[in-house]
Amino acid sequence: MPAEVIAAMAEFLLAVAGFVLATVALGLVRVLRGPADADRMMAPQLLGTGGIAALLLLGAATGMPGAIDVALTLTLLAAFASVAFVKGASEPADSDPNEGGGG
Amino acid sequence: MSLILDAFTVVAVSLGAVFFLAGAVGLLRFPDTLTRLHALTKADNVGLGLVVLGLLPQAERPLAAVKLVVAWLLVQLASGTVSQLIARAARRAGPSA
Amino acid sequence: MTFALAVDCGLVVLVLGMAIWTIAARTTFPAVAGFVAYGLLLTLVWMRLAAPDVALTEAAIGGGLTGVLLLGATSRLRATAQSAAAERPSAPFRLIVAGLCTLISAAIAAVVLLLPDPAPTLAPEAGAKLSLTGVGNAVTAVLLAYRALDTLLESAVLLLALVGVWSLAPDRFWGGAPRSLALRYRDGSLSLLGQVLPPIGIVLGVYIVWVGADAPGGKFQGATIIAAMWVLTMMAGLQNPPELGRAWVRLILVAGAAFFLAAGIAGFWLAGAFLAYPPGFAKPLIVAIEAALTLSVAATLGLLVAGPSARPVRT
Repeated sequence: MPAEVIAAMAEFLLAVAGFVLATVALGLVRVLRGPADADRMMAPQLLGTGGIAALLLLGAATGMPGAIDVALTLTLLAAFASVAFVKGASEPADSDPNEGGGG
Repeated sequence: MSLILDAFTVVAVSLGAVFFLAGAVGLLRFPDTLTRLHALTKADNVGLGLVVLGLLPQAERPLAAVKLVVAWLLVQLASGTVSQLIARAARRAGPSA
Repeated sequence: MTFALAVDCGLVVLVLGMAIWTIAARTTFPAVAGFVAYGLLLTLVWMRLAAPDVALTEAAIGGGLTGVLLLGATSRLRATAQSAAAERPSAPFRLIVAGLCTLISAAIAAVVLLLPDPAPTLAPEAGAKLSLTGVGNAVTAVLLAYRALDTLLESAVLLLALVGVWSLAPDRFWGGAPRSLALRYRDGSLSLLGQVLPPIGIVLGVYIVWVGADAPGGKFQGATIIAAMWVLTMMAGLQNPPELGRAWVRLILVAGAAFFLAAGIAGFWLAGAFLAYPPGFAKPLIVAIEAALTLSVAATLGLLVAGPSARPVRT
C-alpha cells in the first residue's frame, strides 16, 4: 500500500475526528446549559458516543495501540456516571417541580 | 482491493460524521428535554455505528476488528439502557422549559 | 495547518472551556456534569499525547469515579447549601486566586516549553532494562519494578483516605453499613443495567489488569472499572453496601498492601534488598502483586463511593 494513501487516510480520519469533536462541543454547550437536570445527565452520554467515535478515529489515524481499550473503558464509565447523575438528580432537595430539580 | 476498502472507509466514516452533525443540530434545535435525548441517542449511536463500520477495514489485526465490534455492541447496550433511565428521570422531574 | 494541529487546538479550547464552565457554574449539579465531561475530554488529550495508560486512568478515575464521588458529596452537602452560598468569597479575593492560579499554570507551561531538546529523561535506560523486569509495558515496569516503593505507599495512602472517610461517621454508627446507594424508585432499566453490565465490566477490568503487563493497562485502571461495576450493582439496588466493621471487608481492603509488603520483606531473603525481585521470578511476582492490589483497590474505591457508616451495627 503506497505511503501517500496511508498518509492521506490518516489525515482524513484526523479531520473527521476533529469534526466529530466539534459536534460534541456544540452538543455540550446545549446540554450543559439546558434548564433541567435531565439535560445535564446527557453530558456523559454525549461523550460516551461522540467522544468514543473521536477516540476510535484518532486511534486508527495514529495507529495507537490500546485506543479500543480506552474506548471500552470510556463506555462503561460514562454509563456509570450517567446512572450516578440520575441518582443524584432523584434525591429530593427542596423539590420545586417547576425548576426541574434545582438547575 | 485495498482501494475499495479505503473508499468504503471514507464513505462510511463520512456518513457517520453526517449523523453526528444531525445529532448536534437536533440537540441544539429540539424544544424539549425528551426530544433532545432522542436526537442524542438515535443519531449519535447510528453515527458511531457507521464510524465503527468504516474503521473495520482499517484494523491492523482481526482481533482489533472484533474488539471494535464489541465496543460498538457495548455502547449500544449501555446507551440504550441509560437513555431509558434518563428519560424516566426527566419525566419524573416534570415538564421543563 | 495540518489536521492534527487543528484537532489538538480544538481539544485544548474544548478542555479549557469545560474547566471554565465547571468553575463558573452556579449550582453543583451542572458543575459536576461539566467536571465529568472535562475528565472524559482529558482522556482524548492524553491519547493525543501518546499516553494510553494515563488515558485509561483518566477515563476511569477522572471521568467516572471522581465525578460520582463529587455527586455523592453534593447530595450530602445539600442541607448546608444555603449557608455555604452565604459564605461565598468576595469578588476581589476570587480574582486574586484566579491570578495566582494563572501564574502557576504559566510557570509550568514555561518550564515545559523551555525544556532543552532532547529533554532530560531516564526513558532510554528504563526501556533498555525492560527485559530484566519480565514485563513489556514500560509504565507497568516503572510502577511495579523500578518504583515499586511508590506504588506500595500509594496503596497505603488510598487506605488512609478510606479511613478518613469512615471517620466522618458518628460514633454510634461505627462499624455499621453505609447509606444505601439504591435509587429511590424502582426502575426496570436500571435493574437490567445492573445485571448485564457488571459481568462485562468485570471481564474488561480483569483483562485490562492482565494486559497491562505488555500493553497499555494496569491494576489501577482495571480496579476502578471493577469498583464502578460494584457500585453500579449497589445503585441498582441489587446489593447493599457491606457492614464496614466486618472482618472479611477489612481483610479484603488490606490484602493488597499486605501482600505487597510481604513480597517486599521477602525480597530481603530472596534477592538481597527490600522490594527486590529474584531474577527470573519477577513477572509472576508482579502479576500476583497486581492481582492482590486489584482486589483491594477495587474494594477501597467502591467503599469510598459508598461513604461512611450510617446505620448501627446489626447484632
